[in-house]
Amino acid sequence: MTSVAAPSARSLSLVPSRGTVLAGLGFLGFVVLWYAAVHWSPFAAFNRLPDPLEVVIEWTNPDPYYGISIFAADYYVHIFYSTYRALASFFLAVLLGVPLGIFMGWKTNVHAYAASLLSLLRPVPPLAWVPIAILLFPGIEPAVIFVTFLVAFFATTMNTLVGVRSIPEDYFRAAACLGATNRDILRDVVIPGAMPNIFTGLQIAMGAAWFSLVAGEMIAAQYGLGFIIWESYNLIQYPTIVIGMATLGLVGYLSSAAVRLVGRRLMAWHEQRLGMAE
Amino acid sequence: MSDTQTSAPAGPAGLAPRPETGRLSISHVGKVYDPDGSAVVAVEDFSLEVAAGDFVAIVGPSGCGKSTLLNVLAGFDTLTSGEVLLDGTPLARPGLAPRPGPDRVVVFQHGALFPWMTVLDNVTYGLVKQQKMPRAEARRRAMELLAASGDLDQIAGSFPAKLSSGMQRRVEIIRALINDPKVLLLDEPFRAMDTVNKNTMHRHLLELYRRNRKTIIFITHDLEEALFLADRVIVMTTRPGKMKMDIAVDLPRPRTRAMMASDAYLALREKAVVAVSEEAKRAFERGEREMA
Repeated sequence: MTSVAAPSARSLSLVPSRGTVLAGLGFLGFVVLWYAAVHWSPFAAFNRLPDPLEVVIEWTNPDPYYGISIFAADYYVHIFYSTYRALASFFLAVLLGVPLGIFMGWKTNVHAYAASLLSLLRPVPPLAWVPIAILLFPGIEPAVIFVTFLVAFFATTMNTLVGVRSIPEDYFRAAACLGATNRDILRDVVIPGAMPNIFTGLQIAMGAAWFSLVAGEMIAAQYGLGFIIWESYNLIQYPTIVIGMATLGLVGYLSSAAVRLVGRRLMAWHEQRLGMAE
Repeated sequence: MSDTQTSAPAGPAGLAPRPETGRLSISHVGKVYDPDGSAVVAVEDFSLEVAAGDFVAIVGPSGCGKSTLLNVLAGFDTLTSGEVLLDGTPLARPGLAPRPGPDRVVVFQHGALFPWMTVLDNVTYGLVKQQKMPRAEARRRAMELLAASGDLDQIAGSFPAKLSSGMQRRVEIIRALINDPKVLLLDEPFRAMDTVNKNTMHRHLLELYRRNRKTIIFITHDLEEALFLADRVIVMTTRPGKMKMDIAVDLPRPRTRAMMASDAYLALREKAVVAVSEEAKRAFERGEREMA
């Protein structure tokens, strides 16, 4: 009987899909584990942490005990600063990384100039750049943005480069046969051909921007989500740490989703190809 | 069979008259690759005169240098000796920078329709880039050609990934032909296809050739295909690629599958099979030696 009822139930949009249910269960399981770890774990260290209930109560408190909740203006100032820094770094990385990657992939000379330098600089973790960044730049703000920018820039450049390299030689030859100039080839072959990889790179860059941003903010900033996480640790305001982390997760997810959405809009042909492959 | 004046007039069923341009003179062409000091001779002393509007197939075992030859003709690669003239103008000779162009359009073995452009944008690409005509006019011509090749105009707005491989090849051939090239270079375009698809493609290609007659150089390793399509079949030796045999296919056009059972065809085929299998055997034995 249930097998007959199931299809009609699924056609109702109010009934959540199997995927949504599973995702919800996973989330619920995590919250239960968290609660259990705080209250029933034999390890003392776990018992110090705030439980999920405490966090939600503080997060939605019109009069937050530690000053940060969705009703506090400060909360949005911190979100604004972090988002502004992440986006500024991201767009700077795109502006410089995409053209550099394209020319490195397309012109062997540019590749020869830049490739080994980049592969030496790339493994240096963002935190290692912080002292240099503070020495180099006049204020905290550009220093944090610089550190955040670096990782996003490497991700963008490298993925764009791989994207151009992965374009079959025959596309270049076909374009040349049909009378395309170098500029046409750049516009009609190199850029669209590398676009799927460019967008993979942008998604990685967006993620990388957020994680290096928080590292930068923890060390050298007066605002931002990384700052409140670190500051709350120092001030023993543990629920606020978790509020900061959860907010980072949300904002990071939303910005990556935005990049994906733009990518899909720009590459109708690629979606179609993926659709065929499935 | 090279005498066009007496061949069928260009009626609805007849072959279009021989074009004025598209005469290829390949003389003593050689290509040596020297990547790491060990010179590899891909093509050696290869000469071929192709009259304008002839359909020439080049057959040979894998690695015999037929693709190298095509790359030289297309302007993708240099040559190390000899000379290629197109209507008397040098296309390739040692020291001349290779230059591809719309007078010699290639249809590629693995297909090279731009996946990010619709069928219509692919087909009009050459005309628009060469600024031969306004975009609207290019589109109109493209739609005509697509419609004439089995209702391909129906899928003009689709991206290539939506098309079957046979449709993709037909679109690519039209993308080449619309530029009115002097020479059409086909590099094993139907290699990956099954027999049924191949037969359909042959019909379409011959129909396009009948209507828009061009010089065609058709590279293949499929002898049956070469004999069915071409006016001349050139058998190449295994590396270094030289000409082994030049077979004139005196079968009338339009070609039909029934002709392939005729005595004339079977005699040609016998001659060619012997030549090709000799070379295949040599290539195989050399491969074994190189492995040992």
